[in-house]
Amino acid sequence: MDNEKNEDSRVLDIVSLYPNDMNIYGDTGNVKTMELRARLYGYEPRIHAYNVGDAWPEHVDLILGGGGQDKGQAVISEDLFAHADILHTLAEEGVPMLLICGMYQLFGEYFETVEGQRLPGINVLNVHTVGQDTRMIGNLVETTAECGAIVGYENHSGQTIVNSNETQPWAEVHAEGTGNNGTDYTEGARKYNVIGTYMHGSVLPKNPQLADFLLKKAAEHRYGTFEPRSSAQQLAQLEKLNALAKAAFEVASKRPR
Amino acid sequence: MPKTFLSSLTPALGKAVRAAARLRSGGKGGTALPGRVVEAMDADFMARTLAQLPYGVVLVSGTNGKTTTTRIVSQVLEQLGLRVFTNPTGSNFTRGVVSALLDAVDMRGRLQADVAVLELDEAYAVHFVEKVKPRYALLLNVLRDQLDRFGEIDTTAKMLGAVAAATTGTVVLNREDPRVAALAELAHCNVAYYGLSDDLLSFFPSDDAMHAQDAVAANPSHAHEASVALTGLDGHKARLSFAGDPQPYEAELKLEGVYNAFNAAGALAMVREVMEADAGDLVRAVSTVTPAFGRGESIRVGEDTVELILVKNPMGFRLALKSFAAEDHETMIIINDEYADGRDMSWLWDVDFSSLQGTGVHTVAGVRATDMALRLAYDEVHVGAVQEDVAAAVKSFVRETTGRNKHIYCTYTAMLAARSAMAQIADVEDVGL
Repeated sequence: MDNEKNEDSRVLDIVSLYPNDMNIYGDTGNVKTMELRARLYGYEPRIHAYNVGDAWPEHVDLILGGGGQDKGQAVISEDLFAHADILHTLAEEGVPMLLICGMYQLFGEYFETVEGQRLPGINVLNVHTVGQDTRMIGNLVETTAECGAIVGYENHSGQTIVNSNETQPWAEVHAEGTGNNGTDYTEGARKYNVIGTYMHGSVLPKNPQLADFLLKKAAEHRYGTFEPRSSAQQLAQLEKLNALAKAAFEVASKRPR
Repeated sequence: MPKTFLSSLTPALGKAVRAAARLRSGGKGGTALPGRVVEAMDADFMARTLAQLPYGVVLVSGTNGKTTTTRIVSQVLEQLGLRVFTNPTGSNFTRGVVSALLDAVDMRGRLQADVAVLELDEAYAVHFVEKVKPRYALLLNVLRDQLDRFGEIDTTAKMLGAVAAATTGTVVLNREDPRVAALAELAHCNVAYYGLSDDLLSFFPSDDAMHAQDAVAANPSHAHEASVALTGLDGHKARLSFAGDPQPYEAELKLEGVYNAFNAAGALAMVREVMEADAGDLVRAVSTVTPAFGRGESIRVGEDTVELILVKNPMGFRLALKSFAAEDHETMIIINDEYADGRDMSWLWDVDFSSLQGTGVHTVAGVRATDMALRLAYDEVHVGAVQEDVAAAVKSFVRETTGRNKHIYCTYTAMLAARSAMAQIADVEDVGL
């Protein structure tokens, strides 16, 4: 393990969690964004597509998890619980994780269905979710303490409530009927460097400051510090991506729900 | 209430509203208003009128390919000698059907047709079958572009399930889509399938398998016998096999794209249920069908050919990119996010654009041009112009690429805008939208 920490190594191990079953809202875009930006900052991203029954990667510096159909969630549930201890340990170590929609709910305490049945989560985030008949769907702009304004698209029927001070809401939303539960003006949740959110779209391409936040935490986890080493060409490409993201952000944040 | 007397006036009144609506919009459009008026004053008009048809109603639904498939079923039935009523303009909701019926009936409410072939959006199909039980239903696929309207794919599948349950004669199912094939359990009538040969399956990965490598073996419904199967495809040359006939048939299609060849197999499976027909006649008939507007439609501008290609979900976009080689063409992509397009841009991230790396994209346009430009940057595809205004972008694209053939990929409302911009510089068929 320690030979990975030598001077020259710039590897970052990025796990895409259950891409076969939890990929429903273009969350592939988050993986593409992390992979390219890590490269442009002079790191060597290694993407591990982890699916049910696969061998768990030896190193994990960042975890990306997506949304899924109810059926997809049923398929991965057992495998996820089998890895709950590992995921708790990684979370406590400060490994950054971005969990969208269904995976956000599964990282909570439980999900209560419309019929009142409680389905447990792996309890990394102190949140719970209650199913309801109406969906919250539409474009959304939120404000985060860590990464400023974030634009995305939410699409969920579960109402999520943040339960304790150990877990903080990730963002503030500015209209009723949006965000975690439509009533308390919060969206998402954060504990350690684990971020759960309903934002997709995909969220990272249009919000590169969030991608860079995750990258910084990933590098700190692996190497203690985040040290960008970009060539002039790579810097130019980063600037171009940021300019395109800004233009797309401005359009997206003005679109109707 | 003298309801029968009142409803005998429906055709005249509806036609008058339709004429007025057309006048107001300068001779074009006004599709839904007369339907709305008639629905309000004579709710039974549609069911009563369609009940006259000796061959009943054929309903076509699914996420992708409804318009082209409806067109194939209609045109093949016509070639086989039936008089067909259809709603060909993509106005695939009940009011659109009512409006089209108003055009077709005479003043006494008689419909001069043997069969109706109707394209219906999944949600409207549910409303439709509450009023009219179709004799036949052809259910194509459940893909992802409707997600932000209906929530989840499985919700969409339930809507098609309501159609399968209401059908009285035969429901024809795509055996390669597990969610569609599973609807056989809900049907109270005959069930027939259409499908693909093993070696073609890889061209049509399902939504579930979009990220999986071992896409195909996973679907047990592939084992059902197909009434019609697409077993080979080489350019426009499609090989088709018919159940009970050991000999394969070759059809030279005018339709574009691998998915339309598959839709043709579904359409022929449907036609075989409606009437007995010789496989050779079916193949000859399907070979004459031309693309529906905007579905791989070719428009001539001077010496150049412009192909308008409708894209509305990741799978359709992927298949379109496979079907239309980028080489020797200039490419434009137009992405809108109006309700009919879908507001959520997530789907663009599940399309692989690397096949455009060699040629680049001349112009991206539409409300979400900036999203598309960002998406292409992550696949390292060079983009020329980025312009929101579709009409202006289409005109400068056509002007700046004179002498080269062109592909324009567009979402639904973008296609309407692109078409009307093209109509100002070229001959474009009026489809009555």
